[in-house]
Amino acid sequence: MSDSINIEYTKIAEIKGPLMIVDGITQASFDELVEIETPDGERRLGRVLEVGYGKAIVQVFEGTTGLAIVGTKAKFTGKTMQMPVSPEVLGRVFDGLGRPNDGLPEPIADKFLDVNGEPMNPEQREYPTSFIQTGVSVIDGMLTLVRGQKLPIFSGSGMPHNILAAQIARQASVVGTKEDFAVVFAAIGVQYSEAQYFKRSLEESGALRRSVLFLNLADDPAIERIITPRVALTVAEYLAFDLGMHVLAILTDMTNYSEALREISAAREEVPGRKGYPGYLYTDLANIYERAGRLKGKNGSVTQVPILSMPADDITHPIPDLTGYITEGQMVLGRDLFRKGIYPSVNVLMSLSRLMKDGIGEGKTRSDHSEVANQLYDAYSRSQEVRALAEIVGRAGLTGIDLKYLDTGDMFENNFLKQNLDESRSLEETLSRAWDILSALPESELTKIKDKHIKQYYRHQNQQQSNIGVAAAASSSSSNST
Amino acid sequence: MVAKGRIIWVSGPAVKADGMSTVKMYETVEVGNSKLVGEVIRLTGDTAFIQVYESTSGLKPGESVTGTGQPLSVLLGPGIIGKIYDGIQRPLGEIAQKSGSYIGRGVHTDPVDMKKKYHFQPVVRKNDGVGSGSVLGYVEETPLLNHSIMVPPNFKNGTIVDVISEGDYDIEQVVVTLETSEGKIPLKMYHKWPVRKPRPYTERYDPTVPLITGQRVIDTYFPIAKGGTGAIPGGFGTGKTVTLHQIAKWADSKVVVYIGCGERGNEMTEVLVEFPHLIDPRSNRPLMERTVLVANTSNMPVAAREASIYTGVTLAEYYRDMGLDVVLVADSTSRWAEALREMSGRLEEMPAEEGYPSYLASRLAEFYERAGRVKALGSPNRTGSVTLVGAVSPSGADFTEPVTTHTIRFIKTFWALDTRLAYSRHYPSINWMNSYSGYLEDVSKWWKENVSSEWYDLRAYSYNLLQREDTLKEIVRLLGPESLPDEEKLILEVARMIKIGILQQNSFDKVDTYSSPEKQLKLVKLIVNYHKEAQKALKEGITLADIRTMPIIPSILKAKFEIPDEDIAKLDQLDKQMHEQFDKIVHSGVKLIV
Repeated sequence: MSDSINIEYTKIAEIKGPLMIVDGITQASFDELVEIETPDGERRLGRVLEVGYGKAIVQVFEGTTGLAIVGTKAKFTGKTMQMPVSPEVLGRVFDGLGRPNDGLPEPIADKFLDVNGEPMNPEQREYPTSFIQTGVSVIDGMLTLVRGQKLPIFSGSGMPHNILAAQIARQASVVGTKEDFAVVFAAIGVQYSEAQYFKRSLEESGALRRSVLFLNLADDPAIERIITPRVALTVAEYLAFDLGMHVLAILTDMTNYSEALREISAAREEVPGRKGYPGYLYTDLANIYERAGRLKGKNGSVTQVPILSMPADDITHPIPDLTGYITEGQMVLGRDLFRKGIYPSVNVLMSLSRLMKDGIGEGKTRSDHSEVANQLYDAYSRSQEVRALAEIVGRAGLTGIDLKYLDTGDMFENNFLKQNLDESRSLEETLSRAWDILSALPESELTKIKDKHIKQYYRHQNQQQSNIGVAAAASSSSSNST
Repeated sequence: MVAKGRIIWVSGPAVKADGMSTVKMYETVEVGNSKLVGEVIRLTGDTAFIQVYESTSGLKPGESVTGTGQPLSVLLGPGIIGKIYDGIQRPLGEIAQKSGSYIGRGVHTDPVDMKKKYHFQPVVRKNDGVGSGSVLGYVEETPLLNHSIMVPPNFKNGTIVDVISEGDYDIEQVVVTLETSEGKIPLKMYHKWPVRKPRPYTERYDPTVPLITGQRVIDTYFPIAKGGTGAIPGGFGTGKTVTLHQIAKWADSKVVVYIGCGERGNEMTEVLVEFPHLIDPRSNRPLMERTVLVANTSNMPVAAREASIYTGVTLAEYYRDMGLDVVLVADSTSRWAEALREMSGRLEEMPAEEGYPSYLASRLAEFYERAGRVKALGSPNRTGSVTLVGAVSPSGADFTEPVTTHTIRFIKTFWALDTRLAYSRHYPSINWMNSYSGYLEDVSKWWKENVSSEWYDLRAYSYNLLQREDTLKEIVRLLGPESLPDEEKLILEVARMIKIGILQQNSFDKVDTYSSPEKQLKLVKLIVNYHKEAQKALKEGITLADIRTMPIIPSILKAKFEIPDEDIAKLDQLDKQMHEQFDKIVHSGVKLIV
């Protein structure tokens, strides 16, 4: 794309934060990859952020420590940053910039792909509709994941988002083994132990040889994190659309990514948006999250599960907020449930899967699936309202039907939501557990379910109990009002 | 003279070029060796500041920049409907044929098929005098849409010296030759129009006809009029997009322009996949035959996002000028505002609130003022409308942020989406206490004449119950439900029925997705009657417990999806059954007391 041939420049004008300003440039293009050599002979990579006559602003991925005005060399390579790809990348571990990190040599490349990717033409997208069974009741039943979806986990510090993501990766890869499945894992500024947990979990399930890992750990250069999700998704797209695999891409933790972006923005002295994050954070995140989906005429798919920790559990913080506007739903982990010891501690009311409606129903899962999910949401939501009310007026101040809902909430958390780390439930089992809970409510409460499904699935052995419930409601309200 | 300069600086979508002293503001230019499309947004000396509508990756100083002499314009003619365009009217389907699954750069294609033949029927004759906007003839663009070929708006009056006879022609064909004071002018089936300039009309009318969307909370409680403006702000997950899709699907307009501005790629795909299979309830034709999409998804170049709004509204005005009702939905205007902010930042302008430029409010006002119900230019007399509905995505669901607060100033219908309602899966999560419609009085006449004289009163009665419930809920929160007398508990109960049976509407259910005005009215009436009967029964000494466990209730609440529009008479039966059940309990209740 550029006809400049590897000219080396030595005139460094300024070094600040992660940026280096090179002077006397005659040939440099926007977004170009720069190879930098420190006075000590160490090699680093950088990227052109801004270019004018005679001057280029270069972002140095490995940080500017050790760079000097005199003695630093910058070579403009004439190409954007590229990732070498081939089927050999499977089973390999790379660093945050896509260089081998497992002691093995660089895989022999079939081709080199621009890590920035290109926007998918919406006209060429295939709408995602195939159900992925994760074996986790709350996901399969109420937040159904479909192939090609981007569904993040919003977590908080200390909560088990990695365990949940690993469980999804393990269990989703088991079902439909006939089809090619691969996991791409990008660790973005996470602790060593978290990355190790994930790696071990893939190893134990035998999925490691179908996985590609990119590790930028907490002590690795922060600016490298700008590239980590991009190289990972470049590989994911290659596996999906060139090799036809169904790829699950897990990116953790996008908060660290956004902070690296903020660091660069601050160094460039840009006008900040909310909380100091740059105004283009939305567009930048979108360029990552939109690299999920399916394409017409191609077999594979890229399903993304980005993970981000909400600073101070605040869902209105710019990172979760903008993410939620881009992704197709979100799974929010709740601190209260986590404290109660419920795993997975998914707060279903705050969570959502936008593509669920197209992945479930007759022929895909079961015809009552969406109605059951809606009614469960409704029931759990009412149980939470009643729970809040009970804290003020006490159980005695509640009507009979409210008490029913109170119990439903507990049943939901203990019998539906809660499950073991290694427990994979079939969809039938998940829906059956859902009907157990709904059948504890009187039939007349199930206003979101069609009569034919109530006839088919409502457990009538509980009918008597529910009648008692209604009677209790009746007696308590009448006794109070008289 | 065409300007020819060279790039001196590149930063993201912003490019500076010198040697551009003859270029005009807002002129489109070709940037760099791969001829990327850009637009001049500031001039200083001979330096032009250009926003580039494509990715600038790899662009470098020294490459050339060439002016085109034209402002950013769209091509208006048959062939637009059914297409999906990017923000600057490049057809994405045709781009895919050239550059595959991903959007390539520097791809130039015609917005419509210039070779496709349409059957042209002239309605003018030689020696007829015509002026700007006059209809020259018709072609069938889709089976749903008869497309008027008009004299472009900026023309002097003239006399027709030549008309082509009826037949099949492509749109490059000169159909009429006009003799004006400026000489002979050939008119083809299409013309170009600059997107930032509103198309003129003769006269503006008051919007008095409701846009029927089939969405109960909209049509019954917070209606929007044809030619009106509405905004739908909400945090993520509150259902903005689903609501806009519903309006695009079911609104009783002739043309729908759907702008996906900085939103998800899959949402555009969904429209493309779904609309050809959805059947318009009024014409029994696929909805795609009246829909045009303008897609600039969040990962597409940010400058084209800014342009997409103008491209969309210009297309809408063009169909309005044919005397058609057009609905334009823009999802989301916040992303458009962010694009403004990004360019403003790169221009190093002094920022106003939250980094947005100080002209944000005036740009929003200009956009929403392009809505309206108007008498079109020229003959014959035609009345068309453009209804504008914009989604707003406030950061942190905070309605005090600049885009929401400024938008509210320029719109008349406000559908406030509520995160808490969405969490409890009350969809559409339009908060009935915070929303409003400025068209209520205007459209009540239409309801009275076309549906029922009771509409206004029934709406007011049921809305009053919702308002009372809102106050009572505060008491319940502090003291528990048992602290209320039976009459007030009944209000809570009936308000719950209104919420479940009317306000909540499942877009993904075959029956529930659309309710005709008649059905909406009957559902409201059913619940209002229930309340009146229940009040009477309470006075007769019947306990509330007996009233609220009546077997008819689940049937009332499920009527919205169990009774389709075709069986609307069943709603009357339900009403009758309800009265009977009340008679029964009152009767037996009286006995008990005796």
